Amino acid sequence: MKLVQGTAPVKVASRRVTFAHLRDREEWLGPLMIAPAILYIVLVVGFPFFLAIYYSFSDITLGSRSLGFVGLKNFAAVFGNTNFRTALWNTFVFAVGSQLLVLVLANMLALALLKDFRGKWFFRLLILLPWVAPISLGTIGWLWILDSTYSVINWTLQALRIIGPKARLIWLGVPYLAMGSIITVHVWRLLPLATVIILAGLSSIPRDIHDAAQVDGASFWRHYFQITMPLLLPVAMVALLFGVVFAFTDMTVIYVLTRGGPYDTTQVLASLAFFTGVVGGDTAEGAAISLYLFPLLLAVAIAFLRIARRSEVT
Amino acid sequence: MATVETRNIRKSFGSVQAVNGVDLSTKEGEFLVLLGSSGCGKTTLLRMIAGLEKPTSGEVLIAGEVVNEMPPRARKIAMVFQSYALYPHMTVFKNIAFPLKAQRMGTEAIRQKVEWAAGLFGIELLLHRKPRQLSGGERQRVALARAVVREPAVFLLDEPLSNLDAKLRASARDELQQFQRRIGTTTIYVTHDQVEAMGLGDRIAVMQHGKVRQIGTPMEVYDEPADTFVAAFLGSPPMNLMEGKDCLVGFRPEHFLPKEAFPMTEAAPVPFRVTRLEYLGADRLLYGVLERPFPEQKVIARLPSTVSIPIQPGERYEFVVQEKDLRFFDRDAGHRTEARPLVAQFA
Repeated sequence: MKLVQGTAPVKVASRRVTFAHLRDREEWLGPLMIAPAILYIVLVVGFPFFLAIYYSFSDITLGSRSLGFVGLKNFAAVFGNTNFRTALWNTFVFAVGSQLLVLVLANMLALALLKDFRGKWFFRLLILLPWVAPISLGTIGWLWILDSTYSVINWTLQALRIIGPKARLIWLGVPYLAMGSIITVHVWRLLPLATVIILAGLSSIPRDIHDAAQVDGASFWRHYFQITMPLLLPVAMVALLFGVVFAFTDMTVIYVLTRGGPYDTTQVLASLAFFTGVVGGDTAEGAAISLYLFPLLLAVAIAFLRIARRSEVT
Repeated sequence: MATVETRNIRKSFGSVQAVNGVDLSTKEGEFLVLLGSSGCGKTTLLRMIAGLEKPTSGEVLIAGEVVNEMPPRARKIAMVFQSYALYPHMTVFKNIAFPLKAQRMGTEAIRQKVEWAAGLFGIELLLHRKPRQLSGGERQRVALARAVVREPAVFLLDEPLSNLDAKLRASARDELQQFQRRIGTTTIYVTHDQVEAMGLGDRIAVMQHGKVRQIGTPMEVYDEPADTFVAAFLGSPPMNLMEGKDCLVGFRPEHFLPKEAFPMTEAAPVPFRVTRLEYLGADRLLYGVLERPFPEQKVIARLPSTVSIPIQPGERYEFVVQEKDLRFFDRDAGHRTEARPLVAQFA
């Protein structure tokens, strides 16, 4: 090292910071590459999030110019409201119901798509379509499918003589049917992503493990529940986490199909927050509603990621 | 215990013929090795016997019964995979117990069986560990214990030693053979390693391009190769092959020795110009070319360290092969032909 010290040309060269030079220095390149993502998260996610927290402790409304601190008043007011409690319950029904269905169906689809058969690429494309198509567009399609007068489901049921020729199911107008409908559409929409995630998980299990289980005499169910599922758990947890967070926070399907109706039976927290805070103008209360589930979701996310980590095997 | 037989078994993947009409039959309790380079179809053949792959045509018989339509679990076989294929989320105990649970055996019986199998391989102390906490050698023992635990009629082993380091492989080979002799279960063992094959097998089936080229005891396949492929595949370095007038003449490098090593021989001397010498401790490998009247062809000689005649690269020596060590092959088809005088071939 002594030799290098004190030789002038070397020093000059090392001070010149060119792009080529930067490429070789991870301590600069790393932060530079990740900066856009951090900027995006801070501006589009972080800023509104902290603004919402700030609003939820204030008395702001859409028309007011003042902003006073009111403490936990908004949260207390919201919890006293029956609409809120209905929406809270609906949110759980919606999230748990849709995620259970998504998990089971995505597993079945992924297992089927893992096998080789003719025209597999076509089925893969079909299954991916709901995810690729804009959600509002797809949901408007569903609006027609579930229409009280022109519903193709009703038409099919009549043609199959399952219901009488004059009978009509008002899919979006009867409380249980409406909840069933929005869960169905939400499942339809989330299924592609979950299937792809689980398919990736399935294909990462070495073939030898399956072969060994077969030779060891495991039946289909034993093979699935004792070998495949435990090995799939870390990946399935990620799919489930996505799904749960999505079901708790997204309201596109509900907004397009029912707007929370009939009689608030499909109102969930996300849509209630929107109708209260944006449509109704009570920004402070809307913010409080939307933040209610944040601690719960955070706990769920931490728990899921922990399970996923613990069940990682290699 | 049982025997395994395949009758004209074939398997093609698209246009590729992986296994192309193999007739094999093991004897009771035999250790049969399928030997071949990668892609020769040996693993596919093993997987068809296991039932993991469906033959395109032909029959697999286990204990005299055609099992083509039986799933693997009904075939009373156990298989050890190259990767060991241990269930990574289960402890060693649960791994070994898995085949027994699939048979719906009682908890207490399972515990006894697992302890018995673990005892066979000296892994009783590892039963609570997960596979990732084990070394390569320990994993291999667990895989073997899992295979043994339900006392199968046939063992199928797919390169079970290839993931071990060289030193461990030698001792594992020894243990494996002792173990097989003790329990006497018919075993089919796939490998690309000829030392493993020669050391372990009661018989060796040498495979190439989906076909069995020769099946016989290690001595038979080495000393009496059925064709030029087997002759060149076995042995390191492989058999020297010279082109004669109407056939190929082959001899092993260790049979090609300086004339002084055979004071009594009447065999004709072969002029050999040494170009390069490798000193390997136990042997010396001599690379060189033959000279007239023989065709100018590269051959290799292998001198054991007991032959201490000094050899210099660049010099010409008189070497000898005894008539009994010469093998003759058909020039076009490559199969063995009858012995004939060497001199006539190169006159």
